[in-house]
Amino acid sequence: MERNWGILLAAPAMIGFLLFTLIPMIASLGFSLTDWNIGGSFSFIGLENYKTMLTEDKLFSKSLFVTIYYTLGSVPLVMAGAFFIAMLLNQKVKGLSIFRTIFYLPVLVPSVANTMLWLWMFNPDFGLLNTILGSVGISGQQWIYSESTSIPSLMLMSTWGLGNAAVIFLAGLQGVPAHLYEAVEVDGGGPLRKLWHVTIPMMTPTIFFNLVMALINTFQVFNEAYIMTEGGPNNSTLFYVYYLFRTAFKDSQMGYACALAWGLFLIILFLSSLIFLTSRKWVYYEGGEN
Amino acid sequence: METNPVINSEPIKPTRKSNFKLSRIFIYLLLVLGSVIMLFPFFWLVRSSFMGMNQIFAFPPEWIPKPFMWSNYSEALTSVPFDKYLLNTLMIELLVLAGTLVSSTLAAYSFSRLRWKGRNIVFMIILSTMMLPYAVTLIPTFMMWKELGALNTIVPLTLPSWFGTGINGVFNIFLLRQFFLSIPRELEEAAYIDGASPLTVLLRIIIPLSKPAFIVILIFTFIAVWNDFLGPLIYLNDDSKFTLAIGLATFKGLYNAQWGYLMAASVAIVTPIVLLYFVAQRYFIEGITLTGTKG
Repeated sequence: MERNWGILLAAPAMIGFLLFTLIPMIASLGFSLTDWNIGGSFSFIGLENYKTMLTEDKLFSKSLFVTIYYTLGSVPLVMAGAFFIAMLLNQKVKGLSIFRTIFYLPVLVPSVANTMLWLWMFNPDFGLLNTILGSVGISGQQWIYSESTSIPSLMLMSTWGLGNAAVIFLAGLQGVPAHLYEAVEVDGGGPLRKLWHVTIPMMTPTIFFNLVMALINTFQVFNEAYIMTEGGPNNSTLFYVYYLFRTAFKDSQMGYACALAWGLFLIILFLSSLIFLTSRKWVYYEGGEN
Repeated sequence: METNPVINSEPIKPTRKSNFKLSRIFIYLLLVLGSVIMLFPFFWLVRSSFMGMNQIFAFPPEWIPKPFMWSNYSEALTSVPFDKYLLNTLMIELLVLAGTLVSSTLAAYSFSRLRWKGRNIVFMIILSTMMLPYAVTLIPTFMMWKELGALNTIVPLTLPSWFGTGINGVFNIFLLRQFFLSIPRELEEAAYIDGASPLTVLLRIIIPLSKPAFIVILIFTFIAVWNDFLGPLIYLNDDSKFTLAIGLATFKGLYNAQWGYLMAASVAIVTPIVLLYFVAQRYFIEGITLTGTKG
């Protein structure tokens, strides 16, 4: 009886998985092997789309470069910043909940409003950032409006949302047993030794979790490109998913867009497996040997 | 062993005290500085939302609105039908929240409490889809809804939630399962001895004990729907069907340089979420912590 109930209650989720995940996934792989355009031809072309991606399509390599560039800047910035703030908050500070609220608040700003706000803050003439720079005598920047500073500007913007990772880090830090720190003290170790020999090893599972989630999210940046920059200037913010969206819904090249989607999937799969595989070497699980 | 640290640290304390105090001040200084940086964009948002055109484009920029242009809000919120967008958004919210509540509770209960063959494998497979980029399923799903004639309706945005997928669906199953696993089994064993069915146990024992977890998933899903941009962007193309997020983006296209209006409309969309946060802060922290430390 338990078995029947079990399957019955899980049935909606299993049907949902089939209908909205597995079947579309397989269909997407199938479409990626065709030259399907909406309202156009539909024929099997094998791996031709993937070949085009890797050899001819300059926008594909550009979008991949842009996305990786952004990830390499944004993820370490957000992780390091969040970790640092969590460390500060974990020093038994008074008003912890107030500080935590403040650091988490930007995470709540709906993405569209967030892009709107930063668009305005990046405004070269009347924006907040150049106003601040101007008040200390630094000449204004072009921010997202110049090819060389557009991605660094978006990296900066992403650090405003570090509160989510910081709250997770803080929870991890609060779980580090105090006796480990005391043990370092007994040996005459200072704060640095505590950080290196206790805090960081004990935090590796949390770092691992935040790292994987951050990676998956930055590889799928879309709203910034769609609302703020439209991929410009000169394709300098042509994020991968934005390029995919344009291919599918502006150029109607559904077959090629599916190939791009699978390309993204394989890249994310590769990178997460890399982190998972190396995690044995650097992620410490308490009691993992038992 | 246990008393050693206390004894050993005694003589060190006095010499470290002044040092200790200094570092405390430094910590607070950094935290306050960080807080100011975090809050400044909010200040800029609100400040700009109250500024008239003349003042917002004054050079050098001014910090305080003078006079406060409350009319920005009435202008911004009536120039496109934001009231309609609000209703549309709330309609989607209602259907998604109801759907995910039912489907994720049933699935999480099955995955945590009922024994059946293949259960853990099925759960792991469903859980792993959380890491699947949405782009992979996007196009075939879109084509499916197109063939079914469901484009420009809220069906593609709400129906998947009744099947444990859609916005936050899998996450909710995961979170509820975590919570159900922490409920002691003794409670239900008594009920089973009395001949109760699994459904009765779920309704009478598990659900009443899980209120905090339900609040967590409701809040997070509410926010995710409120913020969702790509979904409505792809599926809704008729102005009268728009959600707030899409409405705001469209509004930007219409009033490109009217920053006062744009910021006023943005404030209007941010405020409900921030209020929700202040009312239910405890559940937010609980929810985030639960995902981060037990993943």
